Amino acid sequence: MIFLYSFLFCGFVCLIGQIILDNTKLTPGHVTSLFVVIGAFLDSFGLYDKFIKWFGAGTLVPITSFGHSLIHGALAKADDAGFLGLLAGMFNLTSSGIVSAMVFGFILTLIFKAKD
Amino acid sequence: MNKERYKEITNEIVPEEDKVKNGFTAFLVGGLVGLLGQIIVVVLENNFNVAHKDATSIMIVFLIFVASLCTALGFFDNLVSKAKAGLIVPITGFAHAMTSAMLDYKKEGFVTGIGANAFKLTGSVILYGVVSAYIFGLVRYLFFGG
Repeated sequence: MIFLYSFLFCGFVCLIGQIILDNTKLTPGHVTSLFVVIGAFLDSFGLYDKFIKWFGAGTLVPITSFGHSLIHGALAKADDAGFLGLLAGMFNLTSSGIVSAMVFGFILTLIFKAKD
Repeated sequence: MNKERYKEITNEIVPEEDKVKNGFTAFLVGGLVGLLGQIIVVVLENNFNVAHKDATSIMIVFLIFVASLCTALGFFDNLVSKAKAGLIVPITGFAHAMTSAMLDYKKEGFVTGIGANAFKLTGSVILYGVVSAYIFGLVRYLFFGG
């Protein structure tokens, strides 16, 4: 059942993105930036954590979970380090995603050429 | 040629995008990516005894790797133009944006090309994510005690 929920949640987020893309002049860059902010907002009251519990790993795939992970790491660190923790813990949970995107992207760029 | 006439002609030639079909495709493809993520996590947990937290990290890294590789091989652009938000909104879109920016500016050199433009498209995602997470986090920490 968790598989179906994952499918539905991730599909639903993408559907909202597509509706925004089709009906406004916003670019994909606008939509992804907006979704990250929404993800961070939803987690500021722990709502996104409940989504993860209910709908499984499908909630971690859309870009909204990036915002959720940012604020989650910051708040977790702030619990033991105070204000400095908000700064220090920001990338605690998302660094694997950002670093892997940078490293894979760079290595693959060295190997391949852009197609015309 | 006046503007109205121009509009009439372009409206005849440019096919109108089918919003329902676009939405359905985005839903289906995005859902499948989410389903794939869930399957990877379950397989890692059950068959390889990986802890849940590590399994989700591995899943994200795997999706990023596949998206970067497909971008570098040159056929991810085609998929994105068909599936649209179905591949842009999941983390695959983040990896695609970064790898394609690096590939596009490769000819301008390592520092002024790849280095300066790596975050050209993904920079805004990271910037606004961090700034908003900081503000929301600060509000929650100050008024609700973390």
